[in-house]
Amino acid sequence: MTPRGPETAPGALPSVDILRMEGITKRFGPVLANDRVTLAVRRGTVHALLGENGAGKTTLMNILFGLHAPDEGRVLLRGRPVEIRSTREAIRRRIGMIHQQFTLVPPLTVAENIVLGLPPRRGVFLDLRRVEREIESLSRAYGLDVDPRLPVWALPVGMQQRVEILKALYRRADLLILDEPTSVLTPAESEALFAIIRRLVAEGHSVVFISHKLEEVMRISDTITVLRHGRVVDTVRTADTTPAELARMMVGRDVVLRLFKGPPRAGGPALEVDDLHAVGDRGLPALRGVTFTVARGEILGIAGVDGNGQAELAEVIAGLRRPTAGRIRIDGRDVATPAGRRAVADRLAYIPADRGRFGVILDFTIAENLALKAFHRPPFSRGPVLDRSRIIDHARALAERFDIRMNSVLQPVRQLSGGNQQKVVLAREMSGEPVLIVAVQPSRGLDVGASEYVLRTILEQRDRGAGVLYISMELDEVLGLSDRVAVLYGGEIMGIVRPGDARLEDISLMMAGSLRTAQTAAPAQ
Amino acid sequence: MNGRALAGRLLPVWAVLVALLLGMVPVGLAGVNPAAAYEEILRGALADVYGFATTLVKTTPLLFAGLGIAVALRAGLVNIGAEGQIYMGGLAAAVVGLSVHGLPSVVHVPLALLAAGAAGGVWALVPALLKVGRGVSEVITTLLMNYVAIYLVSFLAGGPLMEPGAPYPYSRPLDAAAQLPVIIPATDAHAGILLALALAGFLHLIFGYTAVGFRVRMAGANPAAAAYAGVRVHATLVAAMVASGALAGLGGASEVMGLKHRLFDAFSPGYGYDAIIVAFLGAGQPLAVVATAFFFGALRSGADTMQRSLGFPSRSSSRFRGSPCCSSPPAWPCRDGSSAGRGDGRRSPRRCRPPWPQG
Ligand SMILES: Nc1ncnc2c1ncn2[C@@H]1O[C@H](COP(=O)(O)OP(=O)(O)OP(=O)(O)O)[C@@H](O)[C@H]1O
Ligand SMILES: [Mg+2]
Repeated sequence: MTPRGPETAPGALPSVDILRMEGITKRFGPVLANDRVTLAVRRGTVHALLGENGAGKTTLMNILFGLHAPDEGRVLLRGRPVEIRSTREAIRRRIGMIHQQFTLVPPLTVAENIVLGLPPRRGVFLDLRRVEREIESLSRAYGLDVDPRLPVWALPVGMQQRVEILKALYRRADLLILDEPTSVLTPAESEALFAIIRRLVAEGHSVVFISHKLEEVMRISDTITVLRHGRVVDTVRTADTTPAELARMMVGRDVVLRLFKGPPRAGGPALEVDDLHAVGDRGLPALRGVTFTVARGEILGIAGVDGNGQAELAEVIAGLRRPTAGRIRIDGRDVATPAGRRAVADRLAYIPADRGRFGVILDFTIAENLALKAFHRPPFSRGPVLDRSRIIDHARALAERFDIRMNSVLQPVRQLSGGNQQKVVLAREMSGEPVLIVAVQPSRGLDVGASEYVLRTILEQRDRGAGVLYISMELDEVLGLSDRVAVLYGGEIMGIVRPGDARLEDISLMMAGSLRTAQTAAPAQ
Repeated sequence: MNGRALAGRLLPVWAVLVALLLGMVPVGLAGVNPAAAYEEILRGALADVYGFATTLVKTTPLLFAGLGIAVALRAGLVNIGAEGQIYMGGLAAAVVGLSVHGLPSVVHVPLALLAAGAAGGVWALVPALLKVGRGVSEVITTLLMNYVAIYLVSFLAGGPLMEPGAPYPYSRPLDAAAQLPVIIPATDAHAGILLALALAGFLHLIFGYTAVGFRVRMAGANPAAAAYAGVRVHATLVAAMVASGALAGLGGASEVMGLKHRLFDAFSPGYGYDAIIVAFLGAGQPLAVVATAFFFGALRSGADTMQRSLGFPSRSSSRFRGSPCCSSPPAWPCRDGSSAGRGDGRRSPRRCRPPWPQG
């Protein structure tokens, strides 16, 4: 292994721990986000952080990256105590953090994004050619496979994430923090990311990996630290533990990872989509003649590789994207006109893939967000006047029911942990009595307990008589939950099958666009 | 709240303090003791009833326009056009005050105010429609509309509406029934401030306690989420912008009906631009805007007094408003070397192109 960089002072003992955080405490008002947390990351390993939503994982890493100052405790980097007061300083100390929200500038190229904010090295001029060559060789060395000349907007999410990784590597980071990197990735992209992580670690880099997916953590990590309510429950070697034990440590009790699902009792149509066409963000056709029906009381899953029209389909049905042709009827009503759309607004629940954009208003309070769709009606309004105490009471009840971890319903949603933001969306959308639920990856960013709760709620809604359109990139999830599955490829439906009847191979072939079934499974009566 | 968060919340206060400190430099260079200058401002603005009345007079248009800009801000829009909306409001009020006679004051005043609000609203409607229809930035269009309004008033006050034989472009006086009453005897302080304060209270209630205000805030904070939640985002933005223009228009009306009683050429010395700072420092909160408008009104009134008592060259006192750059539209030197700024006597319509390429 190569000797490490200049940060290792000559004469200092080469420490095996690249990072030690000792007794870190961080308060946000009354919330103890981190309570005397101690974390040691060995050089050249993947260290996973696990914990429920709001357990304090992101906070701990934000402290390391100079985004928050700890109230107590100290940080040792490469064996020496350091005080990291800004991200600039963190980067200088060779720490890289890849947040869930990317920080790239879409119109700029990969290379331009990577050098953005760096001082030019040759006088005042930027030698972009040279930078591009450097990025290419870096990219090749770690198997990242990124073309530095492409504009970022043209890259899929998985690639953008690699650009973020490259950006950190270009700044010579050797301790990388990945905060829920796989929550935005398709299973194939996650596989590719794991290969990259293995390569990085083999080269002597160290990685802190945050995820809610236990099987991922089991596969990629060497060591696991579990946090609960801001405290370290335990640090274990991955080889010595099991997913069940991890889940128990996280939640503090045994978790039942099983859903009880009765047969569907399909009723009249909740959603009818007829020959729907739509164009995507890049101006290319995204939906090309999609036709299907979701009955009340059934779950129709949409399977497919990301980028085959799923996002556009959900947005068109939710009224956020205009179709170029075709018809949509929700609960029997045509929603082509604004009036038709408003008429069904209350009977539609939508859990978007991009919650920060469509799901919540980050600067509004939790209470306001929970009343976002009904603020203008009783009981939240009397005439033109808002009834603030009703809005607050309603929010308290929902926060309790959906276990939203917060200080107060008057906090802005921005201050919540990622998973708890998602719970705000779920609480608002799933608490009413919708006729149609459009859910895109609803358990994204949720811990085991919370995702189980979400799936249970979706099933309850189905049994109550709601039609559910369930969109996910994870085939297992779709097959497990849905009553029927439609496979989307290239903006077209390759077939609609019942999960029990269809062979997995056939579904895979349909997802790849090489099989199309003529017959369509009808909803069960 | 920890120290850093508190410091962040007080940022506008720091900004003002730093601006005041920086203002001392040119004052010192002009050979005046800065401490004496600030003391004089304070005395001039607040110490006696005349100073206070002048402060109210200067506060009034700043408050109307500041509230207008704050409404736009809440909807996520930046209205740089308050100055033009002030002119249009003043013009409409003047027309109603000049052409209608024989009405009792209780009818005439509201009629003139209504016309002013409508004129200011229409002036903001054009940029609003361009914004939602074509995606044209309202920052540019509202600014451009200012020039049109200023020159329109200049033309009318110096032409069709000019009092015959007047030494300067201004109109005949308005019908007495269209004038706002004085509220502090023997001063200029007029009832415009009362209306502005009432509107501030009203807007505070709207944004804090009503569904309408909630809708506007939603459209401003996250248009996509608002659209999903059933808000008609485009209509809301247009309405907010029109309300913004109407409020600024009322500011113009109150200047004409309360203070000048005639339509003067160039009757607003850049109130609409100062109001941008007033609204932003007040973070778009109506009650905070009352405070910032009063602060800037006091600076304007105090600066006038100080200028007189300390014998200042006239333009340098605008430093005290903290940002001389923004209190007037920028002027650029012309190719032929002459300066086409505001310095040449009356407000000249000649302004040359900025030095950067356009298009
Ligand atoms: N800026 C802030 N202001 C107030 N409270 C905060 C702030 N940031 C985090 N918190 C609180 O600190 C606690 C820990 O949050 P953190 O984001 O670290 O959780 P997490 O473990 O990353 O959760 P998730 O899995 O949902 O992302 C939460 O209760 C959160 O509400
Ligand atoms: Mg987090």
